[in-house]
Amino acid sequence: MITIKNLHASIGDKEILRGINLEVKAGEVHAIMGPNGSGKSTLSSVLAGREDYDVTEGEVTFNGKNLLDLPAEDRAREGLFLAFQYPVEIPGVSNINFLRTALNEIRAYHGQEEMPAKDFLALVKEKSKLVELDSKLASRSVNEGFSGGEKKRNEIFQMAMLNPKLAILDETDSGLDIDALRIVATGVNKLKSKDNATIVITHYQRLLDYIVPDFVHILYKGRIVKSGGKELALEMEAKGYDEIKAQFDSLES
Amino acid sequence: MANEILEEHINKDYEWGFITDIAADEAPKGLNEDIIKFISAKKNEPEWMLEFRLKAFRNWQNMVEPEWAHVSYTKPNFQDIIYYSAPKPKKELASLDEVDPELLKTFAKLGISIDEQKRLSGVQSNIAVDVVFDSVSVKTTFKETLAEKGIIFCSFSEAVQDHPELVKKYMGMAVPPTDNFYAALNSAVFTDGSFCYIPKGVRSPMELSTYFRINASGTGQFERTLIIADEDAFVSYLEGCTAPQRDENQLHAAVVEIITHKNAEVKYSTVQNWYPGDKEGKGGIFNFVTKRGICLEDNSKISWTQVETGSAVTWKYPSVILKGNNSVGEFYSVAVTNNYQQADTGTKMIHIGKNTRSTIISKGISAGFSNNSYRGLVQIKKGASNARNFSQCDSLLMGDKCGAHTFPYIEIKDKSAVVEHEATTSKIGEDQLFYCKQRGIDNEKAIGLIVNGYCKEVLNKLPMEFAVEAQKLLAISLEGSVG
Repeated sequence: MITIKNLHASIGDKEILRGINLEVKAGEVHAIMGPNGSGKSTLSSVLAGREDYDVTEGEVTFNGKNLLDLPAEDRAREGLFLAFQYPVEIPGVSNINFLRTALNEIRAYHGQEEMPAKDFLALVKEKSKLVELDSKLASRSVNEGFSGGEKKRNEIFQMAMLNPKLAILDETDSGLDIDALRIVATGVNKLKSKDNATIVITHYQRLLDYIVPDFVHILYKGRIVKSGGKELALEMEAKGYDEIKAQFDSLES
Repeated sequence: MANEILEEHINKDYEWGFITDIAADEAPKGLNEDIIKFISAKKNEPEWMLEFRLKAFRNWQNMVEPEWAHVSYTKPNFQDIIYYSAPKPKKELASLDEVDPELLKTFAKLGISIDEQKRLSGVQSNIAVDVVFDSVSVKTTFKETLAEKGIIFCSFSEAVQDHPELVKKYMGMAVPPTDNFYAALNSAVFTDGSFCYIPKGVRSPMELSTYFRINASGTGQFERTLIIADEDAFVSYLEGCTAPQRDENQLHAAVVEIITHKNAEVKYSTVQNWYPGDKEGKGGIFNFVTKRGICLEDNSKISWTQVETGSAVTWKYPSVILKGNNSVGEFYSVAVTNNYQQADTGTKMIHIGKNTRSTIISKGISAGFSNNSYRGLVQIKKGASNARNFSQCDSLLMGDKCGAHTFPYIEIKDKSAVVEHEATTSKIGEDQLFYCKQRGIDNEKAIGLIVNGYCKEVLNKLPMEFAVEAQKLLAISLEGSVG
């Protein structure tokens, strides 16, 4: 699905990603954990095509295409979806209109006709149930006046509508109470299939009780320093990052 | 890097900047009583009209150009302007076939149909148009259809000849010739414009529209529009305008007056798209316009909707004097400035009658190095009991080199008044754009989506055909302006 080789990225003079290697196959769920400032959100931003970062080295192949050559909108159209840590408000633009535009842009990219309004509305109805999203939220302006939990649920709702191949959930658990967390995780699990993949970026193990990963990677100082199965997350939760930090810092010095 | 990609879009040129090569009948440059007499004679005007002009001119000579607006520009040299320029007619026009083909081509390029036949083939929607080219009205369509209902829709010059009693009665009622510097200038030298009278109890069966085009170099355009809605009458009026791309600044100082009688309603919509100057701020139109309506009698309503994207400098405050009891004034505005454009625009709502209501929704969008100001006055006179006003002024900034300013003035002389004012300032951010792109929506569509969302309340007030055009215009005016 996606292959990341020796990815280096910096913002200004500061190198944040310092050689990331990762392969995610269809049907897999990968979790990326790590202490603050290790580069987790940078990785998701770089993959999604945010222009604030310069990729200085490395390559990323997504569905056989060179991802780094594509503008952000084409990455999305190819099936890469980022659930934002801080979803943005767009006043005056209804959620429905926004999603309809997005969906039809993606369809146009693949040479498909616009989705008829009737089908679209049926899809909205079906998918909003998945994350228990109040149908009123669908007609409100994008994220405007939404609570933290509603914003995150709205992200997963959009993901359900756009049906991506690879979803990157960037700290989707942050700011969620336990009920919202369960709803969001249930939504993600229901969307899982053998043809798509998920990268879950998180700070805490908590989310991984609900979205069970096949692989866990620990990111530190811009590199993946340790990989393992789901038990690695539990280990980190128990021991904290200090051991890994010390180990890695001594290697580096 | 983001900026570079965005700037690729910015170089979209002004599409309406072409010049029509057409022989013109012009006055010599400069302004004095002889020029005014020349214009009046050209138009074969009655004595009272000439007197009106001369009186206005003498007033104007003692007035000073206003400097309170939040704009800076080199004041026009009023002696260096041609005050009269008319496309030279081959002969007296009896039908459309005799209109200079160059003129027809110009308007075809602009997408304005002055050919009534087109309506039958469904190309043009049901709108009657008065077309003003430089100083004169060249063609008014659907005159006969409207006349059946008793509606008078013609050029201002024709109205002076054919309906002097109406012109005499109403001209200067909303905007007296002494009102302000530019209104006085206009009253002295106006050359043409549109006149519209809707008789008692008539709802205009179609939208009426004026299309203004400045073509000749070195000229100013000073048109006058007068709209009268008699008791129980209704009309929706549209105004559009463009000008060629020229390095010089050209002056446009128009006057629009609206008068509504009992239970009458006038809805006036403008899409202002005069040439805004180039990317360095060279050239462009100075748009110094006085627009005012007066709700003369009870239960009448005047509604201004404007989408302002053009002009180098805009100075414009479409206002309503709410004289009749229960009368209603509305002002819905989207003003966009990009590059080095400057706009100082807003409204005045003067509440005189009882139970009068006014609504002001102003949406300013500033991009590039531009400055965009909202200036509004809400005045509740003594005795205007239970007057209500609601104002909302929002500013949207794109990039960090532009300015948005709000100057609300509120004067309340009656204790029973309820006046509300809300204001917000926001910024289109890279974050919003990136969010859209991450969902598969490209930059251009994203800006369109965001800006149209922001202006929705105003665009909804425009007649259908205009709303579509306005949306496109907004997108074009702002392409690549987010940084």
